Amino acid sequence: MSAVETHTRVLTYSEALNEALREEMRRDARVFVMGEDVAVWGGGGVFGVTKGLVEEFGPERVRDTPISEEAIAALAVGAAMAGARPVAEFMYADFMTLAMEPIVNQAAKIRYMFGGKARVPVVFRAQEGAGRGNAAQHSQSLEAWFCHIPGLKVVTPSTPADAKGLLVSAIRDDNPVVFLEHKLLYNTKGPVPAGEHTVPLGVAACRREGRHVTVVGIHTTVLKALEAADRLAAEGIELEVIDPRTLVPLDLAAILASVRKTGRLIVTHEAYERCGIGAEIIAQVVADAFDALDAPPVRLCGANVPVPYAASLEAAALPQADDIAAAARQLMA
Amino acid sequence: MSTIQSAAPPELSPARLVDVLRMMLRMREFDQRALELYREGVMRGTTHPYIGMEAVAAGVCAALRPGDRITSTHRGHGHCLAKGGDPRLMMAELLGRAAGYCKGKGGSMHIADVEAGILGANGIVGGGMGLATGAALASQLAGRDDVAVCFFGDGALNQGIFHEAANLAAIWRLPVVYVCENNQYAMSARADRFTSVPDPAVRAGAYGFPGTTCDGMDVLAVYAAAGRAIARARAGQGPSLVVCTTYRYLGHHVGDPLNYRDKAEVEAWRTKDPIERLRGQLLERRVLTAAETEAMQADVAAEIDEAVAFAKASPEPDPRTLAEDVYA
Repeated sequence: MSAVETHTRVLTYSEALNEALREEMRRDARVFVMGEDVAVWGGGGVFGVTKGLVEEFGPERVRDTPISEEAIAALAVGAAMAGARPVAEFMYADFMTLAMEPIVNQAAKIRYMFGGKARVPVVFRAQEGAGRGNAAQHSQSLEAWFCHIPGLKVVTPSTPADAKGLLVSAIRDDNPVVFLEHKLLYNTKGPVPAGEHTVPLGVAACRREGRHVTVVGIHTTVLKALEAADRLAAEGIELEVIDPRTLVPLDLAAILASVRKTGRLIVTHEAYERCGIGAEIIAQVVADAFDALDAPPVRLCGANVPVPYAASLEAAALPQADDIAAAARQLMA
Repeated sequence: MSTIQSAAPPELSPARLVDVLRMMLRMREFDQRALELYREGVMRGTTHPYIGMEAVAAGVCAALRPGDRITSTHRGHGHCLAKGGDPRLMMAELLGRAAGYCKGKGGSMHIADVEAGILGANGIVGGGMGLATGAALASQLAGRDDVAVCFFGDGALNQGIFHEAANLAAIWRLPVVYVCENNQYAMSARADRFTSVPDPAVRAGAYGFPGTTCDGMDVLAVYAAAGRAIARARAGQGPSLVVCTTYRYLGHHVGDPLNYRDKAEVEAWRTKDPIERLRGQLLERRVLTAAETEAMQADVAAEIDEAVAFAKASPEPDPRTLAEDVYA
C-alpha cells in the first residue's frame, strides 16, 4: 500500500464536506459557518454536513440563522469585506432565489466595481437536484443562474474526494464561490484523502476514458454516464466521461481535447435544458472544434417543466442512464 | 420611538466644529461641481446630489473612529467625504478616469475605499444594510470594538433586507447603527405615501432595539444622537436606529422633473440650511470671524478645483483593462 493510500479512507460525500469545513475552521480562525439549522438540528445540518461543528467551534462560529436568506447572503458578503471568511449555507438551492440581490449585485460585482480594491472571500453553499420527490420548489438545479454572472465561481462536486478538495479550495479562494452539492450524493461513498487535500478550481476530471463518445456530466449525471458506459462497453461503444467539477472557471481545454479524440459530444445535466450550461459548453465546443465533430452535439437535460412530484413524472423529467446510452448508440449509428 | 440610553458623545471642541463646517462646505462644493460637470457633458450616467443633507454624514462621521466602517447609498458623495474619502480620487471616478477610486469601473454609485472603512456607495436601495450588518458581525467575531454604520434613505425602509438585517442584528447584538436619512422623498414618493408609520424610528421597536429621531438639518443634533447609538454599539449593547429628518434640495438625480413637490416647500426647508446654521453658531460664539468663514469657503472651492483638475488630467482607462479585476 502506498503512503497516499494509507491516508485515504472511505467517507460519504457529506462526511467529506464536513471534514473540509472542520479542517479549514481549525486552520483559519476567520472561517465561520452560518445558515438555517446548521448547529442544533440533528447535531448539525439537515443533511449532516455541519454535524458536530458547533461542539468543536462553538455557536459564534457555527451560527444558526433565522429563515432570512437575503440577510444570510448579505451579511456573509459584508463580513467577507470586513476580513472574515464566511461559509453561508442555504438549505436548498431553490431558496437562493431569495438571496439573489446580495449574491448577484453585491458579491459578484464588488471587486470589479471597486477597481480591484476589495476582496469578497465568501462561499455560498447549497444542495440542489431532484430524485427524492421534493417537487418543484426543492429540486431545482440552478447552477446556470450563477454561471451567467461574472465575478462568481461555480463549483459542482460529484465525488466525496472532490467534495472535500473543492470545498477547501473554495474557502481559501478570495472570490465569491457558489458551491452546489447534490442531495442524492450526500450518502454516496468514496476514498477521501485525510488531512490536507485540495482540488484546484478550473480543472476537470476524466472519470472514464473511451474512444467513441464524450459525455460531459454534472453531479448525478456523471454517475449516470458511468452507468451507461458500463452497459455500452458490452456493445463495443466506449464513452469518455468528463466531469468539469467547476463550471466557472470551466476547463474547456479538457472537454475540447476529449471531443477532438472522440468526435462526438453529449452534455447532460439535471438543470433545465433551456439556457442551461450544456448550451454554453456545446456553443464553445462548436466554435473551437467544429472540424473535429462527426455529429451534432446532443443535450440530455432536465425537461423544461417545473420538477414534478410523482416518481414516474420526476423520472421522466430527468436525464437517465438509458437516455445517455440511447443517445450514444444513435451518435454511433 | 425610544431613547438611546448610552452617554452623549463628548462635546466637539471649537477646532473640531470648524472641521465639521469645512467638511459640510466640501460636500456641498463637491456636489455642486459634480452637477456642473454633468451638465457640461463631462460626466456620464447620473449623479444624486446630497445638497441639503450634509449635516447627516458630517454629524455621524464626527462620532466615528478611523477603524469603523460605513456603507453608503446611491447618494453617497457626502458619506464618502465625511469618512475620509479623497475628493481628487472621487472626482476622477465621477469622470470615469483611471486615477479614480475604482479605476473608472464604478462611477458615482460605486465609490469605495475599503481601507478607509468605506464599504461602498451602492446602486441598490437597501443594498448596504446587509453589508453593514455583516461587517458588524465580522467585528464581533474578531473581538474588535469597531462599529459599522449603515446610511440609507427613507425609501429603503420598505425593502425586505431592512427587516431581515435588523432582526439579525438584534438577536446577535451586533455593533451596527442604522442611520435613516429621511429626506422626505423616495424618488417621487413622499414618505407618507409608502411608509406605514409617520415616524420610521418606531420600527426599531419591532426588533427590540432603540430608535430615535433627530433634526437632520442640525449637525450637532445628529452628532449627539448618532454618538449615543455608536457608543451603545461599541459597548456591545447592540444595534440602534437613528432617523435624521432632512431634505434634498434638488431632485432625486439631475434628470428629475420635480413635479411632485412645490417650490414653497423647498424654500421652507432651505431656511433650515445645515451649513448656515453651524456657520451662524460659530460666528455667534466667535469661534470664527466672517472673514475666516469666507476664506474657508474659498479654500474648499480651491480644493475642489484641484480635484477637478486632477480628474481631468487623469487618462481614460485603457480598454485593455476591461477584463481585469473581475476575479482576485
